[in-house]
Amino acid sequence: MPPIIEAEHLVKKFDTITAVKDVSFQVGRGEIFGFLGPNGAGKTTTINILCTLIRPTSGQASVCGYDVVKEQNRVRRCIALVFQEPSLDERMTALDNLKFHAYVYNLPQKLARERIEEVLRMVELWERRDSLVRTFSGGMKRRLELARGLLHHPQVLFLDEPTLGLDPQTRVRMWEYIHQLRREKEITVFLTTHYMDEAENADCIAIIDNGIIVALDTPEALKSKVSGDLIYLETEKDEAVVEELATKFGIQALKDGNGLRFEVPQGNAFIPQLVSHLSIPIRSLSLRRPTLEDVFIKLTGKELREEELSGAEALRDWARRYGRRQRHG
Amino acid sequence: MGLKLFGIGHAAMDGDKDMAELKGIYILWYRELLRLRRDRPRLIASLGTPILYLIVFGFGLSRLMGTLAPGLNFTQFLFPGLLGMTVLMAALMSGMSVVWEREMGFLKEVLVAPLSRRAMVFGKAFGGATLAMLQGLILLVLAPLLGISLSLTSLLWLLPFLLLIAFALSSLGVLIASRTYTMEGFQVVLNLVLLPLIFLSGIFFPLTGLPGWLDVIVKINPITYGVEAIRHLILGPVVPSVAWFGRPVTLIEDTLVIVALAVIVTGLAIWSLSRQE
Ligand SMILES: Nc1ncnc2c1ncn2[C@@H]1O[C@H](COP(=O)(O)OP(=O)(O)OP(=O)(O)O)[C@@H](O)[C@H]1O
Ligand SMILES: [Mg+2]
Repeated sequence: MPPIIEAEHLVKKFDTITAVKDVSFQVGRGEIFGFLGPNGAGKTTTINILCTLIRPTSGQASVCGYDVVKEQNRVRRCIALVFQEPSLDERMTALDNLKFHAYVYNLPQKLARERIEEVLRMVELWERRDSLVRTFSGGMKRRLELARGLLHHPQVLFLDEPTLGLDPQTRVRMWEYIHQLRREKEITVFLTTHYMDEAENADCIAIIDNGIIVALDTPEALKSKVSGDLIYLETEKDEAVVEELATKFGIQALKDGNGLRFEVPQGNAFIPQLVSHLSIPIRSLSLRRPTLEDVFIKLTGKELREEELSGAEALRDWARRYGRRQRHG
Repeated sequence: MGLKLFGIGHAAMDGDKDMAELKGIYILWYRELLRLRRDRPRLIASLGTPILYLIVFGFGLSRLMGTLAPGLNFTQFLFPGLLGMTVLMAALMSGMSVVWEREMGFLKEVLVAPLSRRAMVFGKAFGGATLAMLQGLILLVLAPLLGISLSLTSLLWLLPFLLLIAFALSSLGVLIASRTYTMEGFQVVLNLVLLPLIFLSGIFFPLTGLPGWLDVIVKINPITYGVEAIRHLILGPVVPSVAWFGRPVTLIEDTLVIVALAVIVTGLAIWSLSRQE
């Protein structure tokens, strides 16, 4: 079966920068495809090309077998997109926003009514359906955007950081709904996210950095790229430890937060050696299996946002780290 | 089954293409009206403005001016121009709403939807024209108060003509909005280009005996022909019209100018919206 999304050597140049540099990939029907990358990597730009909102500078792409430049209306008819940024009409009610969408996507009236109720209940906004969107909280607006994207059951659903700012319950319900759609209608999902647990839902993941795909594989295969186990170490004098690790064990350790991080093939065998050979006192030490996050850091050198942080917490976290760096730097 | 219902570019769908196009225009038009209903202040403002104009310009100023021609006082002279101006300004505002939708982000939802750019422009322009007509009608209802009697035949011509000019100006608003990214930017174009054109179209003064340079501007300004036709339809041929090569312009020619304007700006608006980064 031909792939439902196909991108070949996509390039997108803006005035001064090249946001997407030679990106190619394929997505099969019914797959969940995860697009991971740090801020400014070119994720949204790629989605905008695939959704016919901008033209690629060069390269080709097709969605549902239609060319995204030459057959734009056909592509538009078979996709849905949940934007990263707000896209609701705040002067209309929640219900009117959804009705407009249902009408534009040509849903028969009866079906539209049922669907609207279904998705509004899913995001728990049914009771607020007649309120103006302007009066909604940030998270409620986000939930409404999501409901709208799921309204017309497209062949391909593009989700640009869909769960940004959503509470955990809503995230869980959203994923249940998406998995159900996929089972029943073979919907393909193209997803960008900063949440690692969400990326684990994907059948295939592309990691993009600076407009280039640096890795493309299943989550399992990607994790096996990080060889062995990860050890995290906090000591009294990190610089000296880095040197000792290099000379005594031939290990390249990286600074990470308050401590050091490195990979070893056999963690449990290595720890006793480490403890007995290191001349500097260890404050704490931990061992874990690699996660997607580690793959990401290894490939891009940057951290993804922490998993469960809300916006405010993320800000606090950022302020804390930034403050710490300043004090230490 | 669900998927078949909204057709994924099957042959059957192509046959319904025109239908889909009309539906698209209809929903975008309908949305404009829906928004007006939800937006009370805007509704009140749009009804109040023309009445305010009339009171200030008409009753206020007319006492300073005598009669312009036998049986024609200044208020009566002004009325068609004000009607035109109200309709034009209201129509241009539909462009403002496009800019607002871009700032709010909603425009993306429309751009990614399976709506042709043509349907978008027509839907918006008809929406804007409808709102403008609504304001125009309120003024028309007040015409008898000024001693202007409108015959049924003149109304029969006047209403379609007003719709035509409202459509043209709404399209023009959309055209400007398609290249404007901020509300301020739109205001600038409105104040520096469009307002002067409206003021120089014979709304406030008869177009005879003007200095040469002004005469040229007036004649290449398409809005002139709109205002002139409206005045002609309401008051009859009491005020001399602009002349082309020494011959007064006819009503048909006025209409043709506005039709040409509508076709050109609508075409440009569709082209401009289809052009992508
Ligand atoms: N319209 C535009 N004009 C100029 N530059 C742009 C435009 N859109 C995006 N860019 C640039 O392209 C690069 C990629 O942006 P993009 O929005 O695709 O990133 P992203 O991967 O979605 O990031 P994030 O995780 O922050 O959403 C950025 O450097 C951005 O500044
Ligand atoms: Mg983005």
